[in-house]
Amino acid sequence: MGVYSKPVVFAILSAVVILIGTVVTVFIPMLMPSTQPVSDYVKPYTVVELEGRDIYIREGCNNCHTQTVRPLRTEVLRYGEYSKPEEFAYDRPFLWGSRRTGPDLNRVGGKYPDSWHYKHMKSPQSMFDKSNMPPYGWMAENRLDTRYSKKKISILGYGYTEEEVERQIAGYKARVTSPSYDSKEARNEVTPEELRNELTEMDAVIAYLQKLGRDVKNMEAEE
Amino acid sequence: MKENSYDYQIVRGFTFSALFWLIIGLIVGLWIAFQMFNPALNLTPWLSFGRLRVVHTNGLGLGFGLAGIFACSYYMLQKLSRTPLVFPRLAKAHLYLFNVIIALAALSLFAGMNTSKEYAELEWPLDIAVVVMWVIFAINVFATLVKRQEKQMYVSLWYIIAMTVTIAVLYIVNNLEVPVNLFKSYSVYAGVNDANVQWWYGHNIVGFIFTVPILAMFYYFLPVSTGLPLFSHRLSIISFWSLIFAYLWTGAHHLMLTPLPEWIQTVGIAFSIFLIAPSWGSVINGYYTLRGNWEQMRSNYLVKFFILGITFYGLQTIQGPTQGLRTLTSFFHYTDWVIGHVHMGTMGWVTMTISAAFYYMIPKITGTGLYSIRIANVHFWLILVGQLVWTVTMWIGGIQQGAMWKATDPDGSLTYNFLDSIASLYPYYKIRFAAGIVYFAGIILFAWNLVMTIRKSQEVKNQPLNR
Ligand code: HEC
Ligand code: HEM
Ligand code: HEM
Repeated sequence: MGVYSKPVVFAILSAVVILIGTVVTVFIPMLMPSTQPVSDYVKPYTVVELEGRDIYIREGCNNCHTQTVRPLRTEVLRYGEYSKPEEFAYDRPFLWGSRRTGPDLNRVGGKYPDSWHYKHMKSPQSMFDKSNMPPYGWMAENRLDTRYSKKKISILGYGYTEEEVERQIAGYKARVTSPSYDSKEARNEVTPEELRNELTEMDAVIAYLQKLGRDVKNMEAEE
Repeated sequence: MKENSYDYQIVRGFTFSALFWLIIGLIVGLWIAFQMFNPALNLTPWLSFGRLRVVHTNGLGLGFGLAGIFACSYYMLQKLSRTPLVFPRLAKAHLYLFNVIIALAALSLFAGMNTSKEYAELEWPLDIAVVVMWVIFAINVFATLVKRQEKQMYVSLWYIIAMTVTIAVLYIVNNLEVPVNLFKSYSVYAGVNDANVQWWYGHNIVGFIFTVPILAMFYYFLPVSTGLPLFSHRLSIISFWSLIFAYLWTGAHHLMLTPLPEWIQTVGIAFSIFLIAPSWGSVINGYYTLRGNWEQMRSNYLVKFFILGITFYGLQTIQGPTQGLRTLTSFFHYTDWVIGHVHMGTMGWVTMTISAAFYYMIPKITGTGLYSIRIANVHFWLILVGQLVWTVTMWIGGIQQGAMWKATDPDGSLTYNFLDSIASLYPYYKIRFAAGIVYFAGIILFAWNLVMTIRKSQEVKNQPLNR
């Protein structure tokens, strides 16, 4: 009887059946600019923030942390302004997450000084003894690998020139290694002697965390 | 067609690969379950929770799940078409390639090479290997089907075809990425679109690994192990087409109340509710197949695995659509409730069905009978009790967590800070760990029973006089 005795026809028919929902809910929205709007307020990541984001991905922080504040009263109270689609225009991949073992991080930028993060990343339990977040002190013992930064920026199309990439890296390094850096003490505490004048993975992750939600906060401040 | 011209070597190979990855995946599962109430087990970077959780999900979804599916598919394919595999050497290559891929996958995830997209974490060189492996599998599926001796294709074969086609589409579309180097790539999609593609994939990869091929097994192994014909052929036709049609519209129920356009979310909810119908079509077909023969629940040790399995599937497919509704998702999303949902499906429905399928196939292949039915019964009760305690604990924990996130004082401020909510769950996490041990003990018996069945058949072979 019909398709039930024709495997190849059956396969083609199945493919058509599964593609209908796929086209309507995935492919068509992709062609609509309103799905992923852009805003002048939201800037691409700097090179160091991007490197930090890649470490966040490598360590699977997204397995415990979400990055979308939902438009619910208690959620806005807890984390801040709810997330807007514009904020994610430069996110490849997106990092919204599916599980909140730890708090949402989409508004964490500017919430704490860098020094707080150095201490917290080194040992969450030293700040909150009941936290189950893994300690990441070893990140401060790894020099930040920027060999691929230029290539990454060109793939992502952030539009920085090669000199700009180098300038950003040097600029951030100058900031965190400068004697006047406001979180110098905490940084020195977690960073081994020989890396204090270098950029570490921990520096980059913290740069990234401080970027999260910053553009939205700036926008609100201007309004 | 003669029994002994079938290629059973490949079925055996995938069966034991599945058992191996099951045990590894569960050890990692227990490890991360422990880390969740005691972070001291984050011993080294590669043993930190963020990396290990991915080893757990991939090890079980791809390692155990896919191997089980390949084992049963190769068996059903040959039996239902009454034709030996057309390319047995290719199938052998498939077996080796599969295990190499899973081993490299585990190593690379330990090392933090991870795209972060759930169930698609493998980096691009492994993605390519997975696609090659899938093509190798598909060649044998279609070649055998084209050469088959049986005119009609039975229901299970439809599900196998649908899986073969759909996983290829899902995997390729969601894994399109631009390499930076061998170990790192960026998704071609950005932001909201990346999220939408990912959860279209995420929902359906779960569906086409943990539902569609498991249904293929259910539709085949329940009738053959009970000797009862399937209740309704027409019902299975309706269930099949409506299931595979509706599944692909529902990914957005994973993205409720996020910046994803609202209409996609609404469509996702609507189709999720609709999915109850085809899902229960299969549940009812299973129950009615046993009508008048329910005493087999006691007399035939395999039947209870199938019936409990399909019951968990039934519960799962009511819980899923319900928790996707806007009001409920606002409460349960991101909590342990969903973790309970996941594990009722995987530890209940998926493992129960695969267990029974293996118990049926391996003695058929060796021709000597199962090593111990009593051990199989103990295995059943251990995984049942382990799973129930595990999931019920997580549902209670999820309700508590959702309530604590939402609680406000009379003045409108939040009652609990975040840490209170997570720390109050540690007792539940400890119970979950204990339940996991019980379940794991059941799985060890399962593996032992099958290993001994093979041993026994080899002894019998070595003693021809006693035969
Ligand atoms: C096992 C789950 C888990 C993992 C993995 C994890 N975290 Fe956490 N994180 C938590 C928990 C729980 C808290 C809340 C308690 C605390 O502050 O330690 C938290 C808190 C935080 C906070 C403070 C948020 C706030 O608003 O107070 C930051 C920042 C953070 N984590 C960053 C990270 C980064 C970066 C990674 C990856 C390198 C990571 N976390 C990995 C569980 C996790
Ligand atoms: C001893 C049994 C098991 C234990 C202790 C265990 C433990 C865990 C833990 C602790 C998590 C993370 C939960 C969280 O982040 O809050 C998890 C997630 C997961 N597990 Fe298991 N697991 C077990 C069995 C299984 C089995 C048999 C499968 C599949 C066949 C499976 C598939 C998954 C999946 C897919 C997730 C991800 C869920 C999500 O992202 O929502 N697990 N498991
Ligand atoms: C009609 C059928 C089903 C529907 C509509 C459904 C619905 C859902 C929904 C809405 C979620 C997301 C919850 C959240 O994050 O808030 C979810 C998660 C999940 N479901 Fe189901 N479900 C169904 C059946 C199944 C079955 C049979 C399994 C088999 C194991 C399963 C496995 C999972 C997994 C693994 C996740 C976690 C995904 C993640 O976040 O990583 N589901 N389901």
